[in-house]
Amino acid sequence: MPFDFVIRKNQYFDSVFLMGVSKRISDHPGVQQNAVLMGSESNKKLLADIGVQDAKIDAAQPNDLIIAVVSTTTKAAHDVLAELDVYLQGGVQAAATSNPHSLEDGLVQRKNASLAVISVPGEYAAREARKALEAGLNVFLFSDHVSVEDELSLKGTAAEKNLLVMGPDCGTSLIGGVGLGFANAVRRGPIGAIGSAGTGLQEFTTQVHNAGSGISHAFGTGGRDLSDQIGGLTTFAALEALEVDETTRVIAVISKPPGEKTLARLTKRFEDCGKPVVGCFLGARAEAGKGKSNLHRASTLDEAAHLAVKLAGGEPPILGAAFTAQELDLVKRERASWSSEQKFVRGLFAGGTFCYQSQQIFREASLLAYSNAPLDPANKVKEGVPIKAHKLIDMGADEYTIGRPHPMIDGTLRRQRILAEAQDPQTAVLLLDFILGYNASMDPVGDLLDAILEARLSVKKRGGILTVVASICGTEGDRQDVHQQTRMLKEAGVLVFPSNATAAFFCCELFE
Amino acid sequence: MPSGIHDLLQKPIVAINIGLAQFAESLEEQKVDVVQVDWVPPAGGDRQMIDLLDHLL
Repeated sequence: MPFDFVIRKNQYFDSVFLMGVSKRISDHPGVQQNAVLMGSESNKKLLADIGVQDAKIDAAQPNDLIIAVVSTTTKAAHDVLAELDVYLQGGVQAAATSNPHSLEDGLVQRKNASLAVISVPGEYAAREARKALEAGLNVFLFSDHVSVEDELSLKGTAAEKNLLVMGPDCGTSLIGGVGLGFANAVRRGPIGAIGSAGTGLQEFTTQVHNAGSGISHAFGTGGRDLSDQIGGLTTFAALEALEVDETTRVIAVISKPPGEKTLARLTKRFEDCGKPVVGCFLGARAEAGKGKSNLHRASTLDEAAHLAVKLAGGEPPILGAAFTAQELDLVKRERASWSSEQKFVRGLFAGGTFCYQSQQIFREASLLAYSNAPLDPANKVKEGVPIKAHKLIDMGADEYTIGRPHPMIDGTLRRQRILAEAQDPQTAVLLLDFILGYNASMDPVGDLLDAILEARLSVKKRGGILTVVASICGTEGDRQDVHQQTRMLKEAGVLVFPSNATAAFFCCELFE
Repeated sequence: MPSGIHDLLQKPIVAINIGLAQFAESLEEQKVDVVQVDWVPPAGGDRQMIDLLDHLL
């Protein structure tokens, strides 16, 4: 395909800004593909993947901005690039500020800093985190692609200095009511939380809030923390902090199943803890994580929140998988409207934990589900290979997000996938999640609404009905207006549930 | 009680945000004292040069 490109030497912009520029360029008529990225080696490979190669690109440095446009003709691509300054305007203004350019310079301005929030590209992240720890700062490390060796070394240094490293690949934390990364507006209260699963921690904290209670502190640890390689260094440090924290009365730990050795140490630690602990190890079989006295085991995020609120002296709403007569009527009605070919659920998730938890719920209902991030490796979905089973896809996984915005920020990929799944005559149900809060899309429902309506219409034309089941993770304090988001879904005929677990249970009921 | 973690939990957060500007904006929205670092790859992103600089400093 014809292409053209521009290289701007020594113009560095962050990835979220560049993805915004890329999106604006993609809206330009005639643009087939485009890439707006810094000249790192990994980014040059992405360019080669879309057929954009040139000696000048090979020579570009990580500080150089590369903008490439693939179009029907080279001239069309050239014309788009001629307007580049318009697309880059916001960033140029941002770059012109007098902000410091290094941690050291930042520390000159804030000598009393207690926390470094780090979101630089993975290959540089450990270096910045190390400098922050050396300067006595706790670290929230959002960056991913940090090696296990670096993670271990950073967490070892943090332990020596009595500091905390949240991450790497940490999506969320709530410290004293302040949300870091992708967090929700959650009231303060007696429940402390530790989670290796980002959206799991968001769902837990919003469920606690929506049940009338609140969160003292919630620490993200990074997805690998409870592996035997890392040994739970952040989890143990956070547990100690919450144990002595006077505002915390109950502690919840939310994770995928820990490594065997780490689980044994963790269980012992729970039993020795001076406060009740709720353990929710998603994807674990019933016996894993089973403990004694202090440990209250929860199999879903809803159950974890319910138990924690109850243990903290609150009165959570009754928890139960049983649906009302009205909801069961709905099940019958939806099922009766499907064509004979419509047989399966297609779950398209922005939140990785929601994909994981849904698989667990499907498995317990004896429904076979394939996934790109499967509970059981045998159930790994292969793109392009038709599967006669349910599919639950984590659209935030690396294969969808390298060089592209995460579905929590931008709905483009999920929109395309919804329309594609609607073309599959086997699709009966779409299962979706919508995540509100700081740094998430300002209108996650609006981002997908047209696609949902179009998908429903196309299935209707074929003589069936597309059942759309959704959950919203958020609170009334979130800036996106949870009530408005819910209303928009309901008006589009979407069946909205208060949590991912209840939405997944409802899907299972549809296939009972 | 660990001092660094204790400070983080007990005192108002003072943050240095290195990277995505929107993270600093969301902290400002929550009335957190935050300074934004407009980070650029050190030594032009040259890995060997970075290692050398780290070694020398």
